[in-house]
Amino acid sequence: MIMFKLFSRAAALGLLLAISIPVQADDLQDANKLFKQGLHAQAMEKVNTYLVAKPKDAQARFLKGLIFAEQANIPDAITTFTGLTEDYPELPEPYNNLAVLYAGQGNYEKAKSSLEMAIRTHPSYATAHENLGDIYAKMASQAYDRALQLDKSNTNTQTKLALIRELFSKSVRTPVAAKPTVTAQAGSAPATAPATTTAVVAAASAPVVAQPAQTKPVVTVVALDADISTEVLKATKEWAAAWSAKNSKKYLALYAKEFKAPDGLSRSAWEAQRKARIAAPKSIQIGISEAKVKVSDEKHASITFRQSYRASHLNSLSAKTLDWAKVDGQWLIVAERSGK
Amino acid sequence: MPSRLLSLLLLSFALPAAAGDSASRDMELGLAKSLHAVRNNRLDVALNEVDSLLKINPNFKLAQLVRGDLLMARSKPITDFGAAPNAPLDRVQDLREEANARLQRVQQQQPVAMPKYLWQLSPKQKYAVVVDTSKSTLYLFENVNGEPRYVSDFYISVGKKGADKIVEGDQKTPLGVYFVNSHLTRDKLTDFYGSGAYPLSYPNEWDKRLGRNGYGIWLHGTPSDTYSRPPRASNGCVVLANNDLTDLGSHLQVGVTPVIIASQIDWSDEADLTERAALLKEIEQWRSDWASRNTEAYLSHYAHDFSTGSVNLPAFAQQKRLVNSGKTWIKVKMNNVSVFPYPSQPNLVVVNFEQDYDSNNLSNRMLKRQYWMKRDGRWQIVYEGAA
Repeated sequence: MIMFKLFSRAAALGLLLAISIPVQADDLQDANKLFKQGLHAQAMEKVNTYLVAKPKDAQARFLKGLIFAEQANIPDAITTFTGLTEDYPELPEPYNNLAVLYAGQGNYEKAKSSLEMAIRTHPSYATAHENLGDIYAKMASQAYDRALQLDKSNTNTQTKLALIRELFSKSVRTPVAAKPTVTAQAGSAPATAPATTTAVVAAASAPVVAQPAQTKPVVTVVALDADISTEVLKATKEWAAAWSAKNSKKYLALYAKEFKAPDGLSRSAWEAQRKARIAAPKSIQIGISEAKVKVSDEKHASITFRQSYRASHLNSLSAKTLDWAKVDGQWLIVAERSGK
Repeated sequence: MPSRLLSLLLLSFALPAAAGDSASRDMELGLAKSLHAVRNNRLDVALNEVDSLLKINPNFKLAQLVRGDLLMARSKPITDFGAAPNAPLDRVQDLREEANARLQRVQQQQPVAMPKYLWQLSPKQKYAVVVDTSKSTLYLFENVNGEPRYVSDFYISVGKKGADKIVEGDQKTPLGVYFVNSHLTRDKLTDFYGSGAYPLSYPNEWDKRLGRNGYGIWLHGTPSDTYSRPPRASNGCVVLANNDLTDLGSHLQVGVTPVIIASQIDWSDEADLTERAALLKEIEQWRSDWASRNTEAYLSHYAHDFSTGSVNLPAFAQQKRLVNSGKTWIKVKMNNVSVFPYPSQPNLVVVNFEQDYDSNNLSNRMLKRQYWMKRDGRWQIVYEGAA
């Protein structure tokens, strides 16, 4: 169980993959795509081609390490990530991945050291902290096994398989960002919100492109913010879905008690107006795009997006901001504004 | 939260200066240091300490458990000693008891007095062993010119059900005065007994008289995958760590070394020494009464319920009167006398000696054992036989 958590978190590290690639880096982009399609041999070929021109490139080497791991070539995967930690000691991700690979081999001492290095480079790198907690739990359970002669039901073999399945089945995101600002896109883009620098170009079908990880250690609980962003984006989609389904009950339930109805309306008057407006059209379709989440703290975030409203009688496109607050574990809307 | 780990154990203890310098003592002190560090919220120090213990002895299960807790505490708050998920409660409890026993041992001062049970050692007895079952401790004393002097002590395990064995299978360790009967080396034993075994003389004459039975009470080592066992773990044997058994074994003399097992050691004092003098005087009186051929005075040293195991007082007296009537002179010498008060029975003392008997028509040398008991202020012999 412990390991499962560990590896699903580890999945968060594929991240450097999502990091931007200059135009001439077609090979690397292709390699990335092939890798995601599970075509590992071809991906490896592309990466190697790319590396001939740029043998030091961190992203390419990182991808190569992932491909090795996916091919169950753990020694080469370890060598690759170890090389990255030597050439780019400021990057926590290679350390983290090394830790996951070591853990998969049951070598928890080495896994622990790697994670400690990741944390030394980025003291607030949440993934490494969480992984380290899991490593400690795993080491504890080994000690308990020896102390109490417990049944050793979870073998290393199982762990390893879990690693490989988990590490690559998830979409990736970067835990490194200049600001705790998270940009997400609706529609066909991956659901997981990549944390990036402010300059974001979101294209419908292309992978999310962002600037490369900064060398400056800038991380401030980014993983946490990324999680919150994901939650808020999800809540916003639910809100749009309830509206689109003309489910006014569900729609209204997403507004917090302290939500201030516009135009000085009472809550009940506003609710009646909303119900009437939602009921009137034969169909409603709400679309969300260019969503940006700004996290204030773990219970407060606001999301700004372009809202497309398509109903039988009216189409419109407008900018909208929803302020969300987490109340009793549920995200609720506390304010709604049109325009930026 | 981590400090609760320990508050459940005991403690306000200070670390004393190390007593003794054995490797086992170091293990125990290391463990105490680690637990002490936990108490002071220095979990890093605590972990380093158990890690170094485990480097030496990876089979030190208690240290493994503490290590488990210390690591787990880094992963999530823990609320109890032995926070292993799905841990078998009895095993955690066992290790908790071992932690308690070892911490108490570390706090224990090195004994300066002599235990009450070693009134007199014979010159042949180079060492004596005294076990305190309540303290999970075996003490080794050296005979220095007739005076027992503390040498070292060892953590031990006793019977699952504690002490005071009565019947076979009760999983208790007997209390009494015993001797090392033999030595079984590792190659004659299964791995379970570790580095060797020293069978003890349970049941002794007093046990048999009380109808106590069972057999196979040994001092022995631990299996190869185990550094130490919990305080109550055996079926009645006294179990030591293998290196401790080897160390102890180098001092044991088969057929000679006494092993006195007490539930709680009483230490000798002034009154005790007065009592010892009184008994020694009475023993000398018994010898001289015998040598004087005053048969009635001689027989007056024997209690009404005296027995040799097969012969009771009237039959014994009749036979002695018959024998003594044929003597014109008797000489009795007692050599290598040892005197051991019985730990579980007040006013009972085991006396052993080499008897050198000489008379006009018979000479004889034998090892003799007597049990003397004080009743109504008077020491009397309740058992006598060949040792």
